[in-house]
Amino acid sequence: MRSEAALLDRSAKRAHRLRFFQEEASHTVRYILIFLCGFWFVAPFLWMISTALKTNAQIYTYPPVVFPLQPQWKNFYDALTAAPFGRYYLNSLFICACVVIGTLISNTLIAYGFSRIKWIGRDVVFVIVLATLMLPAQVTMIPVYIIFNKLGWIGTYLPLIVPSFFGNAYFTFLLRQFFRGIPFELSDAARIDGCSEFGILWYVILPLARPALVAVTLFSFIYTWNDFLGPLIYLHDSELYTVTLGLQSFISRYWTPMNLLMAASAIAILPVLVVFIWAQRFFVEGISITGLSGR
Amino acid sequence: MLKETQLPKRRIRSLTRQELHNLRLGLVFISPWIIGFLIFTIYPIFSSLYYSFTDYGLFGNPNWVGLQNYINLFTNDDKFFLSLYNTVFFFLLAMPASVVVAIFLAILLNSKLRGMTFFRSLFFLPTIVPAVASAAVWMWILNPQWGLLNTSLRLAGVHGPPWLSDPDWAKPSLVFVALWTIGSEVILYLAALQEIPRDYYEAARVDGANSFQQTRFITLPMITPVIFFHLVNGTIWAFQYFTEAYVMTGGGPANATLFYALNLYRNAFTSLKMGYASAQAWILFIVVMIATLIIVRSSKGWVYYEE
Repeated sequence: MRSEAALLDRSAKRAHRLRFFQEEASHTVRYILIFLCGFWFVAPFLWMISTALKTNAQIYTYPPVVFPLQPQWKNFYDALTAAPFGRYYLNSLFICACVVIGTLISNTLIAYGFSRIKWIGRDVVFVIVLATLMLPAQVTMIPVYIIFNKLGWIGTYLPLIVPSFFGNAYFTFLLRQFFRGIPFELSDAARIDGCSEFGILWYVILPLARPALVAVTLFSFIYTWNDFLGPLIYLHDSELYTVTLGLQSFISRYWTPMNLLMAASAIAILPVLVVFIWAQRFFVEGISITGLSGR
Repeated sequence: MLKETQLPKRRIRSLTRQELHNLRLGLVFISPWIIGFLIFTIYPIFSSLYYSFTDYGLFGNPNWVGLQNYINLFTNDDKFFLSLYNTVFFFLLAMPASVVVAIFLAILLNSKLRGMTFFRSLFFLPTIVPAVASAAVWMWILNPQWGLLNTSLRLAGVHGPPWLSDPDWAKPSLVFVALWTIGSEVILYLAALQEIPRDYYEAARVDGANSFQQTRFITLPMITPVIFFHLVNGTIWAFQYFTEAYVMTGGGPANATLFYALNLYRNAFTSLKMGYASAQAWILFIVVMIATLIIVRSSKGWVYYEE
């Protein structure tokens, strides 16, 4: 009896230890895989920085230099002066600021109309809004270019900025989802107090929708900063180039030293990187304030 | 069927004053969208169709040529077929690869381990980088002689191909680069994975299913809606693929990366053949619609929706 119980106990222990071991092993395997994948995602960034800090001689060597021991910070300065990247920066920032303003104004109005007012046919029309997302940009690109050409706007920032004042299906959708979650009692109470619909949007909805508005701001900033096809089509004067267009012309020059090109790329990435890192924190805060996420 | 008959018959009546008021108010709020929709979507769709039947070089007036642009595209333009072939090839290579890689990474990130939030941000990071900048970095990594990839391979005793400057390797190289920006899809799959009730796995474990069977019969069916979304989006993405090819290869070598959108861009904005390019745009539109329709139709057979 006794030995049998001891035997059972021992085998149970062994099974337990085995399971524990298996779990540990699978954790280790998972960690190794995640680190390998993580390395694949981060290596290009590291290689960019490493190259940006090398001397000309260090770029073309075998085996490759991974850590330039005397980092050439001067390369960043040289890259900034090799092409007018300061100018491109200001151009991009200006366009981004205008687009963000246009995006916020138009999409809050549109999203309000699709979420807080009940009108006949609303949901059918909203399906059309979403359907426009399926339309390849190439179909509308040429006629829109011809319109702007007739208006004499080619070579100006207007074709890049003006459309943002007419809404964007993604952002309308995002804001609509958020607005729908705000209790309707708040709007009703304001309405009884004699508040107009615009007043409700301004005093009731917008203060509560801060996290969504920040998300729209960040995303539209990043999209506009990264946009290439728009500036490529509409801007011809290199004085007006955006950062992406300027970087492209820097790449396509007959001979651009790799360290300067990598420094310029890092400079082009920097704003979106800063916004991303800052937004991470903000999103976490936004989620904890609104309690949207149960996790 | 039952539900439909139970619905009360819709009465046709004039709108009440309140309804009329709300309708007017709603339309006022969405008016920016209505105006933008008419100017930047509806009008361009129809005028693009019109231009596709004309010869139009931006200066002067469009010249009606009937079906000539379409006839020329199909009978007299090798680059058109080549660009279509390249794009379909790219799509067939990139789409399955991105679905598999995204699901694999999402499953990895779904582990209950420390630091997953950090890795989630890390995987997402490449998606927010300007495509031109990442193209510059990848061009340097894939540099045949001095790039990170080939010098690393050389250290391992392997002689790497010249990647972007080899007609056979150029498309796979671009697919490889595209996989680097898969983070947003990974986040979508991850969200779907986290929605799967844990009891499903516990029930399967009680029935003796191993971890492969659990993945095959629980995880995969539960994330099919996201796969469906990924396929539809990925189709549109592949047919519009432009910036990376424009910057990294410029369509070369030997037109191996002359993709549809790149060829269209050149016809429209380099050769200023607006009518011809419009015809190309419409063929693109139809191809994408057919591909989407095939995916939507087939989805009834493999996409699993919970009641």
